[in-house]
Amino acid sequence: MRKLLLYLIIVITGFVFVSRLFYLQIYNTSFASLSEDNAIKVLYDYPQRGAIYDRNARLLVTNQPSYDVMVIPRELKPFDTLEFCSILNITKDKLINRLKKARIYSPRVPSIVIPQLTKDEYAYLQEKMRKFDGFYIQKRSLRDYQIDNAANVLGYIGEVNDALIKKDPYYLSGDLIGIDGVEKQYEKELRGVKGVKRIQKDRFNRDIGPYKNKKFDTLPVNGKDLTITIDSKLQSYGDMLMKNKRGGIVALEPSTGEILALITAPTYKPELLVGRKRSPNFTKLVYDSIAIPLFDRGLQAEYPPGSPFKTINALIALQEGVIDTKESVSCRMGYYYGKRGQKLGCHSHRSPLSMIPGIANSCNAYFATVYRRIIEKYETPQKGIDTWRKHVQSFGLGNYLGNDLPVGKRGKVPTSEYYNKIYNYPTYKWYSTATISNAIGQGEVLSTPIQLANMTAAIANRGYYYTPHIIKAIDGKPISNEEYTKAKITTIDKTHFEPVIEGMHEVYTKGTASFLQVKGIDICGKTGTAENFTKIDGVKTQLTDHSVFVAFAPKDNPKIAIAVFVENGYWGARYAGRIASLMIEKHINGEISRTDLEQWILTHSLQEEYAKPLSGEPFKINQ
Amino acid sequence: MAKSSVAAIDWITVLIFLLLVAFGWANIYSASYEGEAFSITDLSQVYVKQGYWILLSIVLIVITQAIEVKFYERFAGLIYVISLVSLLGLFIFGKNINGATSWYAFGPIGLQPSEFAKACTALALAKFLSDMQTNIKFLGHQVRAFLIIAIPAIIIVPQPDPGSALVYAAFFFPLYREGLAAIYLIVGASAAALFILTLLFKPLWVVLAIAAIMLFILIKNRKKKPKYSRFLLVLVVITGFCFSVNYIFNNVFEQRHRDRFNIVLGKEVDSKGIGYNTNQSQIAIGSGSWTGKGWKEGTQTKGGFVPEQHTDYIFSTVGEEWGFLGATTVVILFVLLLLRLLHLAERQKSQFSRVYGYSVIGILFIHFAINIGMVTGLIPTIGIPLPFFSYGGSGLWGFTLLLFIFIKLDSNRVNEW
Repeated sequence: MRKLLLYLIIVITGFVFVSRLFYLQIYNTSFASLSEDNAIKVLYDYPQRGAIYDRNARLLVTNQPSYDVMVIPRELKPFDTLEFCSILNITKDKLINRLKKARIYSPRVPSIVIPQLTKDEYAYLQEKMRKFDGFYIQKRSLRDYQIDNAANVLGYIGEVNDALIKKDPYYLSGDLIGIDGVEKQYEKELRGVKGVKRIQKDRFNRDIGPYKNKKFDTLPVNGKDLTITIDSKLQSYGDMLMKNKRGGIVALEPSTGEILALITAPTYKPELLVGRKRSPNFTKLVYDSIAIPLFDRGLQAEYPPGSPFKTINALIALQEGVIDTKESVSCRMGYYYGKRGQKLGCHSHRSPLSMIPGIANSCNAYFATVYRRIIEKYETPQKGIDTWRKHVQSFGLGNYLGNDLPVGKRGKVPTSEYYNKIYNYPTYKWYSTATISNAIGQGEVLSTPIQLANMTAAIANRGYYYTPHIIKAIDGKPISNEEYTKAKITTIDKTHFEPVIEGMHEVYTKGTASFLQVKGIDICGKTGTAENFTKIDGVKTQLTDHSVFVAFAPKDNPKIAIAVFVENGYWGARYAGRIASLMIEKHINGEISRTDLEQWILTHSLQEEYAKPLSGEPFKINQ
Repeated sequence: MAKSSVAAIDWITVLIFLLLVAFGWANIYSASYEGEAFSITDLSQVYVKQGYWILLSIVLIVITQAIEVKFYERFAGLIYVISLVSLLGLFIFGKNINGATSWYAFGPIGLQPSEFAKACTALALAKFLSDMQTNIKFLGHQVRAFLIIAIPAIIIVPQPDPGSALVYAAFFFPLYREGLAAIYLIVGASAAALFILTLLFKPLWVVLAIAAIMLFILIKNRKKKPKYSRFLLVLVVITGFCFSVNYIFNNVFEQRHRDRFNIVLGKEVDSKGIGYNTNQSQIAIGSGSWTGKGWKEGTQTKGGFVPEQHTDYIFSTVGEEWGFLGATTVVILFVLLLLRLLHLAERQKSQFSRVYGYSVIGILFIHFAINIGMVTGLIPTIGIPLPFFSYGGSGLWGFTLLLFIFIKLDSNRVNEW
């Protein structure tokens, strides 16, 4: 027994120690991270964000240095807050608040106290910095815009939000990230990869050299330069034409699907959202609920397409074989249908008309007839609608286009189910005439300007299109993404396009846009006038029609397809047509010969029209 | 030195000793190295110094083996007296290092007599207990044995080096092995348990709880007519002890001692101030995980976060750089060494050798238990080194002498006296 006592004590002690070691080293992992925290400092090396060039290699966006004041709360020592605040021009309350937030985020990890100082502020503060333990200055780069438009295309960058930090471990508090436009879409390419430096620290928090001989350090990878498809000259010209109007312009290159110009109005200057100005300016833009400048009308506004949609119906009719190009349809100031003699009105033009003059004169009766035949070709209107819809969708309407910009809308092409639902089928039946507005692009069809431009490009190409895209080259290498380089074929045979294109050509030579001809350019276009309504005090009120125009040019080997939407611009040729034809001339000739036309657009404002529904007083429309 | 004697050396013990010393040096090197080139001449480097101490200890080992066994027994008393004199001399000639006057300075070299006094006391105790006249069952002899042990401890306490003095508790093991009544063990263990309970709870609650247990035992055994007076006496003693512990802890102990207890008992959490050492040491060990960060790769060790890392806290370097596997290996090596020595001690025919052997085991065990217990945060901070491992020439030499004298005694076990 006496011999055993010491033996037992020794063995038990050994066992207790091994258990304790197991607890400390294996079971309880919190010690491991604590060690990581206090012995190793992690520094990040932010690479230059890639520059953005336009299709003609003109520099659009580059970088300018900016300086963030960072704090590591744990290392703060009492300091002269008054001096600190006066150097940085902030209030003491704000400083205390920021420091509190930083401490909550993490006492050990750096947080931003004051973001994005200017060079002058930096120069002044740098001298004083040694007085303030726990603070340091981190250099970042800010965007520097070389143009004062295209904000909707380029987007902007800002500090990453908390939700994203949790989702993507790459980002740390205070990191900058693309929030809209190309900056968002191509964030990964533009940002590069930040480098990491780990520094071994001693117990006094002094650096004593790289951790593990830099084994875990990485070098920053520079951001890639992007070339986008925008022609900045065309873009800024369009921006100028849209002054004092609301709407959007989308210009595409039919042979590639490249977006030549994407204009929304009203808009803002990109430099407004740079640096410390960003926050107050952004607030102003967000709260402007009348002009909605952050809303990209080229991509997001869903309008009824109006008469340009007639071209699609003409193509479907030819494909379905319900009409040929010679058959004429008579029009008595409109199309009459139904037992009770409902009427789809039309304007005065010669009658009867075959397809080409039908398009040129935008005859409602012609297209109502054609549309009915398409739907009624099938035994049920449901089947008719769905067949029609399939054709329409093959032009990229009614769904996201898949373009590489972060915002967009589906638009709408109604299905048979949709009508079944609203007409309460099968309790009640519905017939093709119930959907007759689709014939003239009013009714249930909705599209965005980019969808219309793409539709026009598909017509210009005689039956196929490339998904519109904004990216042209990454670091000088042209894109090879099949999504953008492989043509999408429509359901319409190539041969059917010629008469429709001829009709669109006549729009310019003889029809609704004949006053917009440009010498030397064969333009094909289609005017549109879209009725629209709003609610004023809960009452549905009609507003002045939207002015719509689609066009492509030249007729052979088209170089540009364009869709223009001008809200409340009245008839198609009035605003949208003028703008479209100027854009085409600018793109193809590089200069404008019709300065009177240009002057007209530049001097005409629709602001009065926009003020009408807000005035609270009765007003007249379509004047 | 007879040839048979060399052959009789217990090479298992020697092997474990060598492993511990070599591994210890490797860790001292890591804990003190700051990225400079390896040197064997730069005496300002801790690892270089320790290297020389280790080399010189080989000389000591040879000497211990060369000396006749009879010498140790015959001169045990004289050695003991010399040791006491050297301890007393500190009060006049001692050099103050880190607040303790425990060193004699010989130029750059410091010698700490308390490290050698343990071996001397072990010899003296062995000599006394193995005396034919001595019977440990007699109270008078118990008192004399106690004095032999207590005198050096009492001299060491005011240096001040209470940690080293505490080591003298190790001599309980040989005394118990030689027949000291079990009541000492029971009383000692109970006192320790009561001490901790009193610190954790209020003394009144402890006393009430014990009284309740006693009452329960009495009622259960009432038919056997227990001696009520004895129970009452025990209760009175316990009550007195609990309240005096409370008083001593709060009024006699210094704040730093109270803090050390409070931190281990979880009554206080202060990872930056008074609990810094223990906390950093646990962080370093904990960060080692299974296999550690590798030799010289410990971030905590490199950053110097653990104070006194190359001396008392050397085990935290093992934990960080060699992980659970390395730290467990060290623990197992110590356990194996102690068990091996226990085996050797039990096979001694001479009582002198056996008592000395038990003393060696007791001393090594107390160092091992207290040091690793402290470094892993199991017991309060008591600054004593880890044998063969921690930096320090006197410590290394003291332990080497202690161990190798026993190896010499063991190698001679078969010979006639």
